[in-house]
Amino acid sequence: MFAYYMDLALRSLKRNPVLTALMVLAIGLGIGASMTMITVLHVMTNDPLPERSTHLYTPHLDPLPLDYSHGGSGIDPSDNLTWPDAMSLLRAHRGVHQAAMAGGTLLALPVQSGLQALYAAGRYTTADFFALFGVPFEYGAGWSAADDTAGARVVVLSDELARKLFGRADVVGRTARLGELDYRVVGVVTRWDPAPQFYADSTGSQFSDIDTFFLPLSVAVNEDLPVSGNESGWGDDEKTGSSKRGAAMSWLQFWVQLDTPAQVADYRQYLINYSAQQKALGRFQRPPTNATLFGLMDWLAHQNLVPNDVHLQLWLALGFLFVCMVNIVALLLAKFLRRSGEISVRRALGARRRDIFVQLGVESALIGVAGGTLGLAIAQLGLWSVRHRPGDYARIAQMDPSMLAGTFVLAVLASVLAGLLPAWRACRVAPALQLKAS
Amino acid sequence: MDIRPIFSTLRRHKITSLLLVLEIALTCAIVCNAVFLISQRLQRTEMVSGVAEHELVQIHVANIGKPADARARAQEDLALLRRIPGVTAAALLNQVPFTNSSSNTGIKLDPTQKLHTLSATMYMGEGVIDTLGARLVAGRDFNADEYMDFDAMRSDPDLQSKVGSVVITQALGERLWPGESALGKNIYLGETSVRVIGVVQSLIRPSLFRGDDSAQWTMVFPLRMSAASATRYVLRTAPGQRESVMAAAGKVLRENDPRRIILDTKTLDDIRSHFFQNDRAMAGILVGVIIALLVVTALGIVGLASFWVAQRRRTIGVRRALGATRRNILHYFQTENFLLATIGIVLGMVLAYGINLFLMAHYELPRLPAVYFPVGAVALWVIGQLAVLGPALRAAAVPPVVATRSV
Repeated sequence: MFAYYMDLALRSLKRNPVLTALMVLAIGLGIGASMTMITVLHVMTNDPLPERSTHLYTPHLDPLPLDYSHGGSGIDPSDNLTWPDAMSLLRAHRGVHQAAMAGGTLLALPVQSGLQALYAAGRYTTADFFALFGVPFEYGAGWSAADDTAGARVVVLSDELARKLFGRADVVGRTARLGELDYRVVGVVTRWDPAPQFYADSTGSQFSDIDTFFLPLSVAVNEDLPVSGNESGWGDDEKTGSSKRGAAMSWLQFWVQLDTPAQVADYRQYLINYSAQQKALGRFQRPPTNATLFGLMDWLAHQNLVPNDVHLQLWLALGFLFVCMVNIVALLLAKFLRRSGEISVRRALGARRRDIFVQLGVESALIGVAGGTLGLAIAQLGLWSVRHRPGDYARIAQMDPSMLAGTFVLAVLASVLAGLLPAWRACRVAPALQLKAS
Repeated sequence: MDIRPIFSTLRRHKITSLLLVLEIALTCAIVCNAVFLISQRLQRTEMVSGVAEHELVQIHVANIGKPADARARAQEDLALLRRIPGVTAAALLNQVPFTNSSSNTGIKLDPTQKLHTLSATMYMGEGVIDTLGARLVAGRDFNADEYMDFDAMRSDPDLQSKVGSVVITQALGERLWPGESALGKNIYLGETSVRVIGVVQSLIRPSLFRGDDSAQWTMVFPLRMSAASATRYVLRTAPGQRESVMAAAGKVLRENDPRRIILDTKTLDDIRSHFFQNDRAMAGILVGVIIALLVVTALGIVGLASFWVAQRRRTIGVRRALGATRRNILHYFQTENFLLATIGIVLGMVLAYGINLFLMAHYELPRLPAVYFPVGAVALWVIGQLAVLGPALRAAAVPPVVATRSV
């Protein structure tokens, strides 16, 4: 029976090739535009570290004075930690792994002569960073906690930067010059680029930035290396406010691994106790219960990384899809009703309403399949154009297999839905009446 | 023309007519808002900078290691740059418009204030106002003896209190002292007070991360930068000589210090165009959406009208046989479309207002001005009439003899 309906549908579609093309085009454009934007949104809200994200947490304290207001600038200094707080949390060692970090950009000098120096983006962090996030090493390893304490000038390079500076990746033990200082290379990591770069300061370009070096945070503080994230001070005394060790300037990010719910609850309590203690000492003014612990995905949601433009474009695309759908419903309705004569002959010859309904449904679905195929092509074209557009999320705009399947399902679903009303309307055509009229 | 027969026909195609009206309404509403969004974006790219954009070149350098005798190096560099034919002014600045990198500081109107009144950006460098070409509207530019060394000030915080003067923008003055002249007034940076000695018409902040409303909250300080504390050389050039100056400047700087890297040499026009590329991209996407919507709607109208014409061939034949002219038939279909479009447009206006309310609530957009409503209306009337013309002409061509034929 299905083959028969397919045959009928194909014949009917072939009878009005222009109209068929029009409907396929409309659904293809609508689906293509929507899927482009849904994919962009999907990759932007992706889990950057799927194997570990459920165990990663970032603690937040509120060291701001009671009367502090960030004046609607959108930057909340309490998103980051101060040096004394970060060091306290690090020393308390309450998690499985923990690390404090900040971003930095340094001028790197290639060892090979004749090559231009380049700006390299990287991270100042503490020894546990690599174990915490599971950064894969190609050569060597990270540094030790003793190196952190001693302020040892050691560095871990990304494979990419190692090749740029030395022409090869196996460079453990060699000396790299970053900024004004020489560092001993202790490790080289393979490409590791979680997108978004969830552990970075929220003012950066978290979708396009990749860390190319890692060096001890203590060196960055000792040598006052430039920090590329937001450094917000709130002290009245400008002298302590602008120093990296100052208690009134937040600039550090902190992540901790907690494996069980009990550990999470304990850590929360620890943060509140710590805040209460700081308040008793007179350093904190706000309620200790302001201290919170965000899970990785909660933190990303809290930061609201998806730009308004992307939301707006998604709404536009969905609006467009809706107009295309209304268009197809109207066209299918007109088309099916025009075949009232044929339908009533089939009804008079014994076809049930259900048969007519299924027959017309098959025809709509066929349009959906064709539209979905076209939509897929248009979405690929759309994503290609997104990748060539400004915006730091351009690089990650790719469709994964689940999105590919989703596009197809959406297209067929949309056109079957669009065909439902016309098919229902047409299957109510009375068997004989139409014959009489013509 | 009598529109009653049209209504009675449409009543027989209730659902189809309703769908067409709905499509027109949605298209109209989206087009109104999209055109408004486009104008917003394009308006943003026209933002006034207050500088002589077409005459400026920025050379961004990086030093490998701390330059020896950074102050003298900067003066040498500038002297050499000024000697390039076509250069009318040169300065070493801490920041340049549209480069997305800026220093900002909180300012107070009263030293006892607990919170800052607002945060403004700080331009520093000898000859900022002259070189950038900002227009003074009140007071004066800094005298040569007012300039202090930035490096010396950074190593000795006590010197900060000696920076006595500042030039601000008109917009900042108006924000701090509404309705009053800013000249001679004091502002406080921490404990230090500085007096406003000049007002420029406008000078844009290099980055607008605090929103466009504060784009002109700018201060200029009489501080001389060194090769260690600033990396952006700005050259003002004579008309038509920008290209040759750009080629010569990089060479001059590299020769004077081979241990230096020229990161980029760009005209301010290029820097500006890059700064607003997101807005232009968004405007382009919106234009695309409008065109796609109008095309889909037009094709929908063509499709439906063709069906209706084919379906009513006999009726048309009968009308023709009873004396209706071709023109009558043509007008019939045109009027039908006009009626449907009008209902759709009225609905669309309400919907457009609703969408705008939604956008205002979620995306900080301003209210949709009334002038944008007719845009959508006219667009859909025109599209409707153009789309229906083909099918209507086909209807008008139906000969009267059709009435006498059976199917």
